Amino acid sequence: MPNMQLNKTPAAEQEPKIRARNFKEVTSCYTDEEAKNESERCLNCKNKPCVSGCPVGVRIPEFIAKVREGCISEAYDIIKSTNGLPAVCGRVCPQESQCESKCVRGIKGEPVGIGRLERYCADYMADKAKNAEKPEPNGHKVAIIGSGPSGLSCASDLARLGYEVTVFEAFHTAGGVLMYGIPEFRLPKATVLREVDGLKELGVDIRTDMVIGKILSVDELFEQGYEAVFIGTGAGLPNFMNIPGESLVGVFSANEYLTRTNLMKAYLDEYDTPISKNSKVAVVGGGNVAMDAARSALRLGADKVYIVYRRSEEEMPARREEVHHAKEEGIDFRYLTNPTEILGDENGRVRAIKCLSMELTEPDQSGRRGVKPIEGSEHEIEVDAVIMAIGTSPNPLIRSTTPGLETNRRGCFVVDENMLTSREGVYAGGDAVTGAATVILAMGAGKTAAKAIDEYIKNK
Amino acid sequence: MYKILKKRELNSQVTLMELEAPLIAKKAKAGQFVIFRIDEYGERIPLTVADYDREKGSVTIIFQKVGRSTMMLGNLNEGDCILDLVGPLGIPTEIPEGAKKVAVIGGGVGCAIAYPQAKALYNAGIEVDVIAGFRNKDIVILEEEMRAVSTNYYITTDDGSYGTKGFVTNKLQELIDAGNKYDCVIAIGPVPMMKFVCAVTKPYNIKTIVSLNPIMIDGTGMCGGCRVRVGGQIKYACVDGPDFDGHEVDFDELMKRNSAYRDQEAYDREHICRLTGGVRNA
Repeated sequence: MPNMQLNKTPAAEQEPKIRARNFKEVTSCYTDEEAKNESERCLNCKNKPCVSGCPVGVRIPEFIAKVREGCISEAYDIIKSTNGLPAVCGRVCPQESQCESKCVRGIKGEPVGIGRLERYCADYMADKAKNAEKPEPNGHKVAIIGSGPSGLSCASDLARLGYEVTVFEAFHTAGGVLMYGIPEFRLPKATVLREVDGLKELGVDIRTDMVIGKILSVDELFEQGYEAVFIGTGAGLPNFMNIPGESLVGVFSANEYLTRTNLMKAYLDEYDTPISKNSKVAVVGGGNVAMDAARSALRLGADKVYIVYRRSEEEMPARREEVHHAKEEGIDFRYLTNPTEILGDENGRVRAIKCLSMELTEPDQSGRRGVKPIEGSEHEIEVDAVIMAIGTSPNPLIRSTTPGLETNRRGCFVVDENMLTSREGVYAGGDAVTGAATVILAMGAGKTAAKAIDEYIKNK
Repeated sequence: MYKILKKRELNSQVTLMELEAPLIAKKAKAGQFVIFRIDEYGERIPLTVADYDREKGSVTIIFQKVGRSTMMLGNLNEGDCILDLVGPLGIPTEIPEGAKKVAVIGGGVGCAIAYPQAKALYNAGIEVDVIAGFRNKDIVILEEEMRAVSTNYYITTDDGSYGTKGFVTNKLQELIDAGNKYDCVIAIGPVPMMKFVCAVTKPYNIKTIVSLNPIMIDGTGMCGGCRVRVGGQIKYACVDGPDFDGHEVDFDELMKRNSAYRDQEAYDREHICRLTGGVRNA
């Protein structure tokens, strides 16, 4: 008989007031009892709607059944068979718009906490998982550019098939956005490193400090004997609004602010990384990156942090849980507010952000509601820093140094359903193809590409 | 890990280091830069490549010990290693086609970056006038090296303790007045120097290339910290530069942006000098 409690089993969280001043993880892992209790809410539906909502097709009811039986190791193996990074996905996937959105329990009450259960399995197994066995080498070499979610998942699948995989990373640490972008309090870096170490155990060679397009070109990788190349370089180029005042000291891209904080650990005394200490911060944008930047600013000591977003709460693309957490921590949400200028003092430092209030317009043909400014609504918000989190675009380093690679007008690689680009043997996936999206979609693309690369090399 | 093959003090504040980095050495060109990180706790610091030896597989950097990281780097010795070196980054210097005579101007440690430029031009058969400016005689660097790759070498010091007394801009004006026709001027040094060189060349419409070194993290266009206004447009020095048309650069804005962490840097300098002398965990 399933557990018919309407709401998800709560997971322990740090008190908002306390966690807003530290970088420790906000949400704790389920205890064994909590996990068992939550697993009993799953109805084990025949048609498994949740699985269709997962970009990598995790066999959700199967692993939850194993949790119910207390066989966590088996549950973990089931997840791991289609998802290379369960500890990451359990924490950062937008479950509410994927697996959990399809859960029958969500019709009346809350869906099963699939994300929390996935994380539970991964964390439970963190110190128990047996070392992966190095597969028999098949004698073929594949190069992967970028060690973010798409690159790691592609590397993982190919290594398991026996390929000799080399991953090239531009930064000094592997992990891509998982390391430089998503903060410690949402995704502990030790968790990411554990996943990367798992790949190394599989025999994957990870080479940091390698900016492909500069130190080596894609063509040179082929000359070095790699038979296929996967490009998972993400969408690393920060967008700005092109409004006056964006060059003032105190205006940052979210990328810069988060990289200093997460990758370069500016919040820890023993690191040399400087970061600006601000008391009032405005973060422009409404996605996960905006939430991450706002909550990081708070943890770095800001007294007041605003989210400035031009649409309403409804349209905000951030994960619900992050918005909820941000509100609890005291972030001041200014919806329907659009910056028009950043104002500086005589030293060229930010002193305020000038905004217009907006109103929603009727939905257009696509059903999306636009916004238009309200006349005479101009107002200033006093701040000493502005962080732009309004999206990113793909980096041109590879496309500008690789002849014959087709990109669209936004600079994204054009690929077919197998992630094949316009060049034979060159595959691409993740944000470099879609523009800024989610970790799990990038992982899905990496998996698809791995399968296609395997076919391609086998049939050569 | 990247090994320090050679270390030479050029003056009390400026150090030359040759680092083992065969892949970077193979690709580096004049005008490009590298980013170093000493150890796990270090910052990422961009430095222009001063020289490279493709056969030996080494790149040379020349740096002034002004901040925490450069001081710590300066404390390392031959045989020691640094954790990270990334490059070559940025676009190599492009000399206008058909240039016959070029003036290369280096200010202080900027001569380290001007040197590979002068060398590349000189070896390409172009007439090269080098103007090297320093505050005083004690901090003169690369004199011999520069002389070897220039048609004419002029040195100025602010206090007149060596060469001609005055600024590089005075010498440049003098040379232009004397009838020298430059197809291009390359100016590398402190931002105010580059700004004033551009002010000298502007009335004569002499193409002037400057090399910028703003605050940056990744060097691949990702952080946007190095944005500079060029011709009214925002450019990223790391991927669009570091060279730009000096007549188009907003130097005043650049100077303000470069001061973003000045207070923190000053504190760090104090802190490191008194406590550890730049040795981590001492």
